[in-house]
Amino acid sequence: MNPVNYLYLAALLFSIGATGVLIRRNAIVVFMCIELMLNACNLTLVAFSRMHGNLDGQIIAFFTMVVAAAEVVVGLAIIVSLFRSRHSASVDDASLMKL
Amino acid sequence: MENLIALLIAAPLLGAAVLLCGGRRLDAVGQWIGTLLSFASFAFGVVLFADLLGKDPEQRTLTQHLFSWIQVESFQADVAFRLDQLSMTFVLLITGVGSLIHLYSVGYMEHDERRRRFFGYLNLFLAAMLLLVLADNYLLLYVGWEGVGLASYLLIGFWQHKPSAATAAKKAFLVNRVGDMGLSIAIMLMFLWFGTFAFGPLLGGEGEPGMVGDASEGKLTAIGLMLLLAACGKSAQVPLQSWLGDAMEGPTPVSALIHAATMVTAGVYLIVRSGAIFNAAPDAQLVVTIVGAVTLLFGAIVGCAKDDIKKALAGSTMSQIGYMVLAAGLGPIGYVFAIMHLVTHGFFKAGLFLGAGSVMHGMNDEVDMRKYGGLRKYMPVTFVTFGLGYLAIIGFPGLSGFFSKDKIIEAAFAKGGTEGWILGGCALLGAAITAFYMTRVMLMTFFGEKRWQPDENGNEPHPHESPKVMTIPMIVLAVGSVAAGFLFNWQSSFIHWLEPITGHDHGHAPLSAGVITGATVACMVIGVAIAYGQYGRRPVPAVAPRGSVLTRAARRDLYQDDFNHVVLVRGGEHLTRSLVYVDHTLVDGVVNGTAASVGGLSGRMRRLQNGFVRSYAVSMFGGVAILIAATLLMRAV
Amino acid sequence: MSAQLAAYSTSTGEAFQFWVLGTVAVIGALCTVFMKKAVHSALCLAGTMIILAVFYLANGAYFLGIVQIVVYTGAIMMLFLFVVMLVGVTAADSLKETIKGQRWLALLCGLGFGILLIGGIGNASITEFNGLAQANANGNVEGLAALIFTKYVFAFEITGALLITAAIGAMVLTHRERTERAKTQRELSEERIREGKHIPPLPAPGVYARHNAVDIAGLLPDGTPSDLTVSKTLRERGQIRDVSTEALNDLKALEQRAEERLERTAIEPSTFKRPEEASK
Repeated sequence: MNPVNYLYLAALLFSIGATGVLIRRNAIVVFMCIELMLNACNLTLVAFSRMHGNLDGQIIAFFTMVVAAAEVVVGLAIIVSLFRSRHSASVDDASLMKL
Repeated sequence: MENLIALLIAAPLLGAAVLLCGGRRLDAVGQWIGTLLSFASFAFGVVLFADLLGKDPEQRTLTQHLFSWIQVESFQADVAFRLDQLSMTFVLLITGVGSLIHLYSVGYMEHDERRRRFFGYLNLFLAAMLLLVLADNYLLLYVGWEGVGLASYLLIGFWQHKPSAATAAKKAFLVNRVGDMGLSIAIMLMFLWFGTFAFGPLLGGEGEPGMVGDASEGKLTAIGLMLLLAACGKSAQVPLQSWLGDAMEGPTPVSALIHAATMVTAGVYLIVRSGAIFNAAPDAQLVVTIVGAVTLLFGAIVGCAKDDIKKALAGSTMSQIGYMVLAAGLGPIGYVFAIMHLVTHGFFKAGLFLGAGSVMHGMNDEVDMRKYGGLRKYMPVTFVTFGLGYLAIIGFPGLSGFFSKDKIIEAAFAKGGTEGWILGGCALLGAAITAFYMTRVMLMTFFGEKRWQPDENGNEPHPHESPKVMTIPMIVLAVGSVAAGFLFNWQSSFIHWLEPITGHDHGHAPLSAGVITGATVACMVIGVAIAYGQYGRRPVPAVAPRGSVLTRAARRDLYQDDFNHVVLVRGGEHLTRSLVYVDHTLVDGVVNGTAASVGGLSGRMRRLQNGFVRSYAVSMFGGVAILIAATLLMRAV
Repeated sequence: MSAQLAAYSTSTGEAFQFWVLGTVAVIGALCTVFMKKAVHSALCLAGTMIILAVFYLANGAYFLGIVQIVVYTGAIMMLFLFVVMLVGVTAADSLKETIKGQRWLALLCGLGFGILLIGGIGNASITEFNGLAQANANGNVEGLAALIFTKYVFAFEITGALLITAAIGAMVLTHRERTERAKTQRELSEERIREGKHIPPLPAPGVYARHNAVDIAGLLPDGTPSDLTVSKTLRERGQIRDVSTEALNDLKALEQRAEERLERTAIEPSTFKRPEEASK
């Protein structure tokens, strides 16, 4: 097997995640789909790291994880406060700029 | 000495400013301030005249450069004055006759509450007219030209409480605008083709040919016709003559001022001043003579039928100005005589109008001649002065009108060829008609039985002589009417005076001068005889008979107003209506259509902004997909 | 191991692992997207992430593989689950689309994007894999550490700042200032007595011994559910399960069986009416 298959897998996962972002309304699920996309990217970075024979790709993936952790913290906080104000976690309900 | 030129204009302008801005406290002395400043201007004119007389005929052009008005690249407009023999003649006429009319107005307007304002306007009129004749370039002349238009508007509509006066003022202003447009176009053409509109470089003079000497005939004809249009407006020539009759709504001194010294003479001045242009454009000259000939007959015929004494005189003015324009159109043969007739006419027409004003003054402002009759016993001074003016205008041998009019008729014949015969014939016919209608005015007013009746309030007019302040100007003008012609003609002094400016050419008359003079006198006698037969021997009916077709037409000013109404007013209405239609459908349609389509498009586009994050995400994602596709495609190609 | 990582093609074992786990990962991803309940989505995503961790390990990223399991699956996904619980486990959203054309556009975009990516990768001439044998010679963690604390030290420090900011941001976003003092038990009871509307404690949720969950309303004697028995939060979320008809049906079945046993005549179903129905 050629290790390039990891890239195909990552592309597939990324597309699935992107589609999920577009068709799901539950903000939490949308957020999970975003995480899926980030992970797909990480997989490519790791695969590229192997391809080029140096560790820079893994470093970038590492940073991605750190940033993703921060993003999840803030994002979930936003979802919670959104739910508090609208009693709903649907992204479609937040279609107006005011309450 | 040059510095006095600006003072000529400054004096009446100061008067206008003081009187119009001074407020009520000047009400008591306003008329005297205006009159004094007018006489001051006349005094400056006399001093300058004496100065000019002391110089060689070739050195008699004084110029004064006051300041540079507009200077942009090659465009140069100066406020500069030029005083030469032509301007000097006008200055003396305007200030002299104008001052006499001021003096007369002191008496005539004595009981008018707004007379301070009236004298302010009169001074403004003088100032504008002096600016017009003293300007050293066409642009400054245009300023004076417009100023005259404005002042005439204010004066004709002075009794603005009368709707007819207000309408007449508007009419005069509007008709004048047509002419003004001609002048402005002419000035623009001058600047376009020659790059200047100063008299010196443009028209030449002092033996040097100006720029017009090198210009093509077509260009000069175009400019000439535009100048003629301007002259037609100001001088009430056919086809822009209709305002003159209505302008009689103004106070009588205004009529005298407009008809004798200012306003109507502006057109003649413009043509004579632009002589260099017309000399090089024979076609334009021909049109000028035709306009003059048509107007002189037109005015004379209208004058025959009017029962309103002022309107009869107005027709006469139109006719006499027609003579001047005809003469001016003849070129160097006629320029001098046009100006000479203008000056003599200034005297006797001013005298006639002031006399008419005096009659009205004594007759409770009655203007219908059919209600006069036998007034010679009641107002002898008026009768004598009016009579002398009358003799002058009909060309009684020895009086001023005889000399100037006879010369014009001679010049018309001297043009030569068929044109000369036709023009000369018209001028002769005009002389006969002039004699007829003036005799009619004279007989109906001063001879026969008294025809006035008490009005509905039982007030019977008590004809009486006017006060001295009114009669003195009349007497002075009557003396002028009698003596001016003889003085001017003595050793051809007037011709020698003006020759350096206008040039002079004796022409080759097909008939000897004696024969023409004889014919003129004969025509005059015939006209007087017919009028005497009709109005002197028989009593004048108090109500106008129906009259022939021609009479009725003449009473209605030969249907000029009807013509204007049908052709211009109706046509204009139709034009505006169709323009409004076009505006509503086409212009508004495009504008509204654009707005509507933008609105509609926005309405559709608005749906894209539905507030759903996921919709926006789809567009972003689709955009990214398209970008990647494009990148891959570019790589592949 | 290092020889395999350097090869153009992997070992059979890794190939087998890739195909099996890759399939599972794709299925997990699809389930994440299409599961109705958020909890299920979260669990599927956790599974996918564990598989990805395995792939990291297979690619020689040993440190990342562990971090993936510890941080992602262990911390982040648990955080997700917490929030799901907080927002409401049963808030299953229907997959029915409300925006016209959104689903088809989304599928079209996703499909097109995937095809483009895969086509792009296929087009790229990636034939040579250098492998990480040399880079990992002194150990993967040591290699990473050397890079992080030398080449990437500045980025590393900034990520530290980012994490602190995120933590503070989360607190600011979720924190709610109390505007009034919380009432004590005594005050609450006094208030209840003063109002006189409901003096004893609120009735407990649940029906008989069958349903004792907090989201099931207790039944009144006539069989209608009482909102008083359910917590206010659940009431506001609309997460009350109504089992009143179920309970009545059970009761009816019980009676039926009793009659069969005692051989009594059956009550006509049409004549049996609940009191509020009879009163209509």
